[in-house]
Amino acid sequence: MKPEAVLTPELHPGALMRIGQEVGSWSFTLKLGLLLLSAIVFMAVFAPWVAPFDPELQDFDVILVPPNLTHLFGTDNLGRDIFSRVIYGARLDLSAGFIMTYVPMVYGVLIGAYAGYRGGWVDAVVGSITNMAIAFPFLVMIIVVVAVIGPGINAIYISVFLLAWTMYARLSRAEMMVERAKDYMLAAKVLGYPTRIIVLRHGLPNTIGSSVVFSTSDFILNILLLSGLSFIGLGIQPPTPEWGAMIADGKEFILQAWWICTMPGFAVVLTGTALSLIGDGLARRLGTRQGSAG
Amino acid sequence: MLVVRYVIARVLHTLPVLLGVTLFTFLAIQFVPGDPIRIMTRGHVSDAEVAAIYDRLGMNRPLAVQYGSFIAKAATGDLGESIIQHAPVAELVGEKVAPTLWLLGIGTFFSILLALPLALLSAAWPDSLFDHTVRTASMVGFAMPPFWIGLLLILGFGLQLGWVPISGYGDDVLGHVTHLILPGLTIAFFLAPILIQSLRASLLDALDADHIEVARARGVPEWRIYFKHALRNALLPTLTVLSVNISWLVSGAVVVESVFALPGLGSLLIRSVGYRDYPLIQGLALIFALIVVAVNLTADLCYGIVDRRVLRVAA
Repeated sequence: MKPEAVLTPELHPGALMRIGQEVGSWSFTLKLGLLLLSAIVFMAVFAPWVAPFDPELQDFDVILVPPNLTHLFGTDNLGRDIFSRVIYGARLDLSAGFIMTYVPMVYGVLIGAYAGYRGGWVDAVVGSITNMAIAFPFLVMIIVVVAVIGPGINAIYISVFLLAWTMYARLSRAEMMVERAKDYMLAAKVLGYPTRIIVLRHGLPNTIGSSVVFSTSDFILNILLLSGLSFIGLGIQPPTPEWGAMIADGKEFILQAWWICTMPGFAVVLTGTALSLIGDGLARRLGTRQGSAG
Repeated sequence: MLVVRYVIARVLHTLPVLLGVTLFTFLAIQFVPGDPIRIMTRGHVSDAEVAAIYDRLGMNRPLAVQYGSFIAKAATGDLGESIIQHAPVAELVGEKVAPTLWLLGIGTFFSILLALPLALLSAAWPDSLFDHTVRTASMVGFAMPPFWIGLLLILGFGLQLGWVPISGYGDDVLGHVTHLILPGLTIAFFLAPILIQSLRASLLDALDADHIEVARARGVPEWRIYFKHALRNALLPTLTVLSVNISWLVSGAVVVESVFALPGLGSLLIRSVGYRDYPLIQGLALIFALIVVAVNLTADLCYGIVDRRVLRVAA
């Protein structure tokens, strides 16, 4: 082995080695969270192969059957296999949760970073909008939009896209205001880089951390939001398998068949816990990196 | 004098939120596809009657004028008239305010009762088994859908054990309180995790501060440092977390009301969406915003009382 490879591995950035180092530095919570989430995503993506039954197949010979080896989570009042429905539900809840989180994050972070760097009237406008939106009764506003364009995923997307960016703008703006006074940012400015490059290439990588960490909590909140809206009948409409809607289906049968509404809830809790673990791990990972650099 | 200026400044800060919420609702309703009156009446009325309703509601005036007149009327407590129920919105909403406020109050009380001791013990022995258990539990608790918690509580305490009523609101104060135990606990279970995490983190921060080191060097007993020096500084960020989450809490209340069939603002909102009763929806959105703003204001004022430095900065 060449000595310089041992002394300065960073100078010979073999891709595999760097990935190995990165993964090695992850905390246990981050690894566990990623493992759990990948398992859930895998089941969602390969649902047709993983699920033992068709999620919408009604079998009137097996109505309200408690959990057993054929029907792991039991069956509902129409004889549908709940385990299969939970797996198919993951497709909808995960993809909708992802869109509700990361679409607003993209422009929220950009707006916040630009406002924080520019200052002046742009900052004043963005600052007051984000301050105001904190006190917005979020669900009530979504319900207003649902009242206008009717129940379903589109109303939820529209209202979330209109409102949810403010949290990211707030975080990113606050970080950028600290960052813009630092030497490297001033240096970039003195060197004559355009604002676009300074904000995107120099500022953003150092300010995006808190937004990334927050996005894992936001992901959970969005899944809870979607399932909550479906539960009260304003979100995903039956018979489409969605966790919240399934819990609502089971509400009437709670005395005879506890498994209909409990099982989809466990899916939400498991997904949320995985995301929480990832968020916790990321917070530590980014925290230490920032700590050692500054 | 400082206090008066602080209070005035805070009250003025609430105005943009109220304007924002009403403007959002107002504009959203303008986007109703087709003719809102025809949708609401489901095509059962003639053109002349539709025109008369437009005239009566002043809906043929310019948007800015309509919004201005809505705000001016709302300021005097007139929120218009429900199209379906033919009664003043303010009256319909007023009947439903009490259950929601009770729910929020009892829910917050239970949350603090649950979160405070757990966070205190957790931060007193960081990285102990107890701390890890509390942190894991609050992580899992954060991911639990409130309506699901509600159903589990109904299943366990209401149906299996039969200890408490599972739906409705009761007839007298005692009835209200017993009917609100499970809904309140539901709110506590989804609010407490957030409180525990933030209170624990701010306690650890507070324990790290220089004045704690000084107090230790002076020989102040450890329990006194913990409760007097650290806890007081840690409560403030928690108060902020509580007030930031109030809008989330109010959202949770809408869903929780529907689980327990509580006749509150949330149930009314869900029903009025079904009927597309837009004046009522508009009024409800405003009331929800008022609740959120009022709680935030109270938290801000408490903040000012606990930490007088805030007065000088804000005013």
